[in-house]
Amino acid sequence: MNGAAAATPLVSARIVGKTFQDFEALIEVDCDVMRGEVVCIIGPSGSGKTTFLRCINQLETYDKGSIWLEGELLGYRRVGEALQPLTEKEIARQRRKTGMVFQRFNLFPHLTALQNVTEGPIQVLKRRPAEAREQAMALLARVGLEAKAEAYPAELSGGQQQRVAIARALAMQPQLMLFDEPTSALDPELVGEVLQVMRDLAADGMTMIVVTHEMGFAREVSDRVIFMDKGRVVETGTAAELMSNPREERTRGFLKSVARG
Amino acid sequence: MHTTPDRAGRETAPGTVSDLDISKMRTIRTIPYGRILSVGLIVLAAFGIVRAFAMGDINWAITWQYMFWPTIMMGLFNTIWMSIVCMAIGVVIGLMCAIARDSVNPVLRGASIFYTWFFRGAPLILQLLIWFNLALVFPRLSLFGLFEARTVEVITPVTAAILGFGLNAGAYASEIIRAGLLGVDRGQFEAAKAIGMTGATALRRIVLPQAMRTVLPPLGNEFISMIKMTSLASIIGFSDLLRSVQNLYFVNTRVIELLMVATVWYLVVVTILSIFQQMLERRFGRGFVRRAQR
Ligand SMILES: Nc1ncnc2c1ncn2[C@@H]1O[C@H](COP(=O)(O)OP(=O)(O)OP(=O)(O)O)[C@@H](O)[C@H]1O
Ligand SMILES: [Mg+2]
Repeated sequence: MNGAAAATPLVSARIVGKTFQDFEALIEVDCDVMRGEVVCIIGPSGSGKTTFLRCINQLETYDKGSIWLEGELLGYRRVGEALQPLTEKEIARQRRKTGMVFQRFNLFPHLTALQNVTEGPIQVLKRRPAEAREQAMALLARVGLEAKAEAYPAELSGGQQQRVAIARALAMQPQLMLFDEPTSALDPELVGEVLQVMRDLAADGMTMIVVTHEMGFAREVSDRVIFMDKGRVVETGTAAELMSNPREERTRGFLKSVARG
Repeated sequence: MHTTPDRAGRETAPGTVSDLDISKMRTIRTIPYGRILSVGLIVLAAFGIVRAFAMGDINWAITWQYMFWPTIMMGLFNTIWMSIVCMAIGVVIGLMCAIARDSVNPVLRGASIFYTWFFRGAPLILQLLIWFNLALVFPRLSLFGLFEARTVEVITPVTAAILGFGLNAGAYASEIIRAGLLGVDRGQFEAAKAIGMTGATALRRIVLPQAMRTVLPPLGNEFISMIKMTSLASIIGFSDLLRSVQNLYFVNTRVIELLMVATVWYLVVVTILSIFQQMLERRFGRGFVRRAQR
C-alpha cells in the first residue's frame, strides 16, 4: 500500500445536508474516518446522530454535499456534470461494505440466532449453506453465544440479542461498522457484555462509528469523539480533549447533563 | 369465633398471622353449579338433535348408498379443484395488489385501490353473470393480435367461474395480506437492507414469512368460504358438489338424504383444510412462541 492510498479515508462526509420536509436534520456535516479508526458521536436527542448513520448506510438519502466510502460516491453515479441515482441493486452492493447495529436490535424473530447470522451470506453473498454455517458458528463464538445458536430471538436476553445482531452484521465482512446507541435499550447489567464485544472488535482493527451515551466507552476505546447539536458538528477531538477541556459552551453543557444523568 | 390451627396444631385467633401450610390441609371442593347446568343443557340439546335425525323421516341407508356416487364424486372433485385454483389466483393477485398498494408509484397505488374497490363492491353472482355473458360485450377476444378467438368459445362455465371467483378472492386477499405486511415492524425491512438485501429479497425472506403468521387465519377463512361459494357457480352451469346432489334429487326425490351427503362432504373438506391450516400456522409461528426451556 502506498502512502497516498493509506491516507485516503474509508468514509468521508463533505458538507452533508439532509432536510425532512422543512426541517434541517443535518447541516454541513464534515467528517473523515480513517481505516481502523473508532469514532464516537455524542450529542443531545434530535441532534441528527441517527440520521447521519442512516445516510452513511443509505437507509436515508442525503440531499446536500457528498458521502464517500473507499473513494466511491454513495448513492449516485457521475455522468459528466450530471448525477444519476444508483439502482436498488447497486445501492445494496454499496451497503454490503457497511454493517449496521440498531438500538432495538431488529433481529429476525422467525429465524434462530444461527439463521440470523447465515441469512445474509447465503441470500446475498450466495455462500454455500455449510460454509456459511461454519463461519456463523465462529462469529457466534466470538460474541460468546455458540451455545445459543439454535435459540430464537424471543428466547434471548437483550444483551444476547444485541450480540447476535453484531455477529449478523459481521457475517457480511463489512469494511465499516455503524452502531446506533447499541446499549441504550439494555438493562444496565447487560450493557457490559455488549461493550466488551465492541471493545474486542476495535482491538481487532475494525473501523467503527459509534453513536453512544457511554462516555466511559468513548474515552477508553475511541480515537476521536464528535459532538453534534442541532444537525451540526459542533466540536471534534480526542475523548480526553473533549471531555476534560471542551472548547464550546454547548459541549460543556451537554457533558455536564450526561454526567448528572 | 372461628379459629385456625397452626403448624403445631395450636389454635390461633383470627387477625393474627401463623405459619400455616396449605399443602398440608384437606381442600373442600366448591360445587360449580353454573358449569353443571350448562353441560346438562348441551347434552340434552345434542341428544334431542341426534334423536330427531335418527327417528325422523331420513333413510340413512340411502344417504350412505349415495355417499360415493360417481356424479357426486365428480361434483366434489370440481368443488375442490375450483376452490384451490381460485384461491391460488386470489393469493397471487392479492399479494401483487398489497405490494402495489403501498408502492411509491401513484399509478400502481391507484390501480390497486380501484381493483379492490370494484371486485369487493359488486355482488359475486353479478360478477359471475357478467363474465359468463362477456360475449355480449366483446364478441371476439384478442391478445395483441397474437391470439384471437370467439368469446363464446373461450368463456365456458369453467373459465367464467375461475375469473369470477379468482378476481373476487384477489380483492379480499389483498386487504388481508396488506394488513399482515403492515403488521411487520419497519425495522425488519431496514435490518434486511442493512445486510445488503434488495427490497424483493427482504420481502420474500424477512417480511412475508413474518406476515404469514397474521395472514394465515383470515386467509384460511377465505378458503373455507370459497369452498362453499363455488356452489354459486351452478347458476352459470358449473357442476359443483351441491349441483350434482341437486341433479340427483330432482330425479329420485330423496332430497334430505342427498343434502346430507353434501353436508358430510363439505364438512370433510373443511376439516382437512383446517388441519392443514393448523400445520401451516405452527410452521410460521416459529420463534414467536417461547418454547419450554430445555
Ligand atoms: N423520517 C423523518 N421525518 C421527519 N423528521 C425526522 C425523520 N427522522 C428524523 N427526523 C428528525 O430529525 C432530527 C434528528 O433525528 P435523529 O434521529 O437523527 O436524532 P438523534 O441525534 O439520533 O437523537 P436520539 O439521541 O434521540 O436518537 C429529529 O428532530 C427528528 O425529529
Ligand atoms: Mg438516534
